[in-house]
Amino acid sequence: MHLAYPAVLAALLFCVGVYGVLARRNAILVLMSVELMLNAVNLNLVAFDVWLRDTLHAGQALTLFTIAVAAAEIGLGLAIVLMVHRNRGTADVDRLRDTAERPGSPDDGTDGGTDDAGAAATPTDETPHGEKAEATA
Amino acid sequence: MILAAQAAAEAPGFLSPSGVEIAFLLVGLVTLGAAVVTVTTRQLVHAALWLVVALGGLAVEYLLLTAEFIAWVQVLIYVGSVVVLLLFGLMLTKAPIGRSPDADSGNRPVALGVALAAAVALVWVVVDAFRTTWIDLDGAVQGSTEVTGATLFKHWVLPFEALSVLLLAALVGAIVLSRKKEQAR
Repeated sequence: MHLAYPAVLAALLFCVGVYGVLARRNAILVLMSVELMLNAVNLNLVAFDVWLRDTLHAGQALTLFTIAVAAAEIGLGLAIVLMVHRNRGTADVDRLRDTAERPGSPDDGTDGGTDDAGAAATPTDETPHGEKAEATA
Repeated sequence: MILAAQAAAEAPGFLSPSGVEIAFLLVGLVTLGAAVVTVTTRQLVHAALWLVVALGGLAVEYLLLTAEFIAWVQVLIYVGSVVVLLLFGLMLTKAPIGRSPDADSGNRPVALGVALAAAVALVWVVVDAFRTTWIDLDGAVQGSTEVTGATLFKHWVLPFEALSVLLLAALVGAIVLSRKKEQAR
């Protein structure tokens, strides 16, 4: 089998995962996209293990370890998402802006790119404040 | 094109793919399509169910690469438990069952640009690097349960045990995170 087939499939799956992580709003959908990225890495590991005929089978052993770490990650991630949902009433990553820098804050501009994107994404900037006030009340 | 023709002349079937390659390609297309639907659908539960298709397709790809044990572990852990966990998470966070118009955030064009740039760069590099490389799938099966078990418990025992400790820590951590709020109430 041509090695380019699994390699290209893994690259494309990884990019699909990148798109999902960046574009999704629900935290659980972000976790699904992370799973896609981890699976792309697993496919690469298996393909290269089979190609190199490694006597230690490092690729397959690492694939098993990656699967186990992904299972641990999804368990902890879901626990955190559920706790955030209980505290805030939302699993929306765009609304969890407590540590974001406000546009009017004095040390603005250290990471201007994310601030610009956030301001462009939410033209009504009062909604996060309202959400937080409701959540803390 | 000339390079491809030369490669086809000197190496096994680049322009006339074997049966395994055709199967890999078809299953890969299904997997990729399911992954794309997973990250673009507006129905949250459907996203989890399409993720099952994508992960199952990857299990078939592992089988085609003669890694049997990895394939069944993939089916057991990913399709069996991770997707069920994700569905539980969706239910417990009161995800809407029907269409939710705000599944995608506002930085979708930026994400699309980043993903497309990464895809073009990665595919270009990978194809350029492995244009004339073939995997020899004939001969002894490389990922059977016997081979994987022998290598895992002969050479990888210490990482394996460390991983079990990590899983235990993750289990305890998940329980602690889930219980804390109830005690506060």
